Amino acid sequence: MKSPTKPSNQNITVQSDKYQHQLLASDTYKDTLGEQTLKKFFHKPINYTYLYVDAWLNFAFGTKNNPLYHLGSLAFFLLWIVLISGLYVFVLFDTSITGAYQSVESMTEQWYLAGVMRSLHRYASDAVILVILLHIIREFSLDRYRGFRWFSWFTGVPSLWMMILLGITGYWLVWDQLAQYVAIGSSQLLDALPIFSSSMTRNFLVGNLSDRFFTLMALIHLLGLPVMLVFGLWIHVKRLTKVEIVVPRGLAIGTFLALVVLSLLKPAVSHEQANLAIVPYELNLDWFYLNVYPLLDYWTAGETWIVTIGITLLLMLMPWIPIKRTPPAAKVNLDHCNGCAQCFDDCPFDAISMQARTDGARWKREAVVNPDLCASCGICVGSCPYSNPFRHADKKLTTGIDMPEFPVAEIRSATHTALATLKGPVKILVFGCNHSADVTDADASEIATIKLACTGMIPPSFIDYVMKKGADGVFVSGCRCGDCYYRFGNRWMEKRVRAERVPHLHKKVDRQRVYLGGAAETDKAKLLREIAAFRNMLLADKQPAEKTKKEANDE
Amino acid sequence: MNNILRYVLQIFNYSIFMIIVWYFSVAPAYQHIAPDQALIALSFGHAGQPVEECRQRTPEELAELPPNMRNPIICPRERSPIEVELFLDEQPLFTETFQPQGLSGDWGVDVYRQFKVLSGQYHLKIRLKDSVRVKDFNYVHEADVVLKPAQLLVIDFQPEKGGFVIQ
Repeated sequence: MKSPTKPSNQNITVQSDKYQHQLLASDTYKDTLGEQTLKKFFHKPINYTYLYVDAWLNFAFGTKNNPLYHLGSLAFFLLWIVLISGLYVFVLFDTSITGAYQSVESMTEQWYLAGVMRSLHRYASDAVILVILLHIIREFSLDRYRGFRWFSWFTGVPSLWMMILLGITGYWLVWDQLAQYVAIGSSQLLDALPIFSSSMTRNFLVGNLSDRFFTLMALIHLLGLPVMLVFGLWIHVKRLTKVEIVVPRGLAIGTFLALVVLSLLKPAVSHEQANLAIVPYELNLDWFYLNVYPLLDYWTAGETWIVTIGITLLLMLMPWIPIKRTPPAAKVNLDHCNGCAQCFDDCPFDAISMQARTDGARWKREAVVNPDLCASCGICVGSCPYSNPFRHADKKLTTGIDMPEFPVAEIRSATHTALATLKGPVKILVFGCNHSADVTDADASEIATIKLACTGMIPPSFIDYVMKKGADGVFVSGCRCGDCYYRFGNRWMEKRVRAERVPHLHKKVDRQRVYLGGAAETDKAKLLREIAAFRNMLLADKQPAEKTKKEANDE
Repeated sequence: MNNILRYVLQIFNYSIFMIIVWYFSVAPAYQHIAPDQALIALSFGHAGQPVEECRQRTPEELAELPPNMRNPIICPRERSPIEVELFLDEQPLFTETFQPQGLSGDWGVDVYRQFKVLSGQYHLKIRLKDSVRVKDFNYVHEADVVLKPAQLLVIDFQPEKGGFVIQ
């Protein structure tokens, strides 16, 4: 029997040419030299590392609880721990220059409750920064920060700074020698800016510091910065729909327990009480938050600002280094839009709004695409009921919302071509995603492939259509499960096939003949194995049926 | 069996994460100053003397002004730069001239500088000049100081107390 993973024959080359043709339509959006360099030397090495760690964590946690798939929501969860433990700590905290240290020490002494709460506050805050760093590096390596995603990246940087400032002011309040070091360092930095009429650092000479200053710091830490952070995070996720800020239960329980165990094993402790007459010489710095202060021992405050602001600006401007060119935005064909709002509901990036009808049709609303927000993922095409390939069989298929570069009519036409090339006992059509394992590696005489921007752009009726046109099975290979490049491509497709989300796959379609998979670039072998297994399963199902049919004919 | 293995792996992964969180929250320790060092902080806020003395306006100058602005005395706003020199055992440790702040150069300056030095006994000499109208440093202070390890010696300038104050 011929292996489905055998190299392409002439028929498949035709299919591949078709695919090439589809992409060549997007020549304008091919990578420039700058993008190639960025991807080759920066994105790819980091991404591959992540993908291998991903696979390891998927095995240990399952895709549902893989921490790398929930870094954003994990940061929110950790912030909840910070908030609740912080409120508890604040109740016991004395906001005076003489009482602050003793009140924190008293908490630490009560190791089983207040001490744990203090440690949770400390370690959850540190974990937030670690998770945010992993989030930043991951989004960078997946190239999920340029183009239409610039807004989330750009607004995330100030939020990170607010989080760091929140941590710095928190350390200040303990009023131990570390706090003294942080307070003087911060004052030196602030004095370098033309914002205060007198030196702030002079407040930290013996006899100059008052309780009022301390109350001010407590106010900034407890109210000012948290409010700004919440506002910053709201802006950060503003251009996303169905934002996941709730971490899966299993991951939440595991993370919380891990933090509690850490708090019990290694309780957070203070340095000696602050004494402005002496200089602390060795400090157990929290490098997650206080990494900028040692620079003051080597550079002036002004130079430290220049470096810090420079790094911040570089981070903020990264979405435009180099500029990402995305295909044209989705286009609404009002003649075929009945205002059902399914595209509006499915769009992962809030690019579609439903507005009052402008063409006098009998429908109340129409879909309107905001090109600045559109990712050109095509998920809206998959959700449109007019994308049904059974429509307009004898003429060009037109749908309610379509991708100008890769219209649904071309997917149907590519499907026809692909099906025509299939030969063998089992015929399988594979729909693949452009951001995951390359499905064209599976090309064979009985397997044809079509690659799309996202598998979420395939209307479920296409699966029905492909089978009615002669395929024995349809294999859909999206991004690795739980990690869709366009957020919801895999999820919507799965729900549509399970008839949990409109448009449904027709109930008469045999689900055994539909395979929904997910494979990252590093999963090529796994993808080929799954396709081979799917083919064998279809073959095994088909042979008894053919045998029975033959026997009946013989009789 | 597979589930047990997964739980073990989860505990392993959580442990790695928490070890990273714990370690970088306290380590590696940072040595701000060496154990045998002390810190001298020069810190003061002071406005230099006006560049020119107040003087009487001439009758011609007064005549040019509107009647409600004819103040007979005129005081220039601009302040003198402040020159500071600090010596330890006659070796210069710090020399700087601070220009007055403000758009018209009429504000004071706030200074905070730290110097790490080895602990021990020193002869400290500091001088300050706050007027362009005097030739030499108009405030000079000398003292023998003993710096203990980790001590913070603050040199303040309070003209109302006669000049430099060492704390």
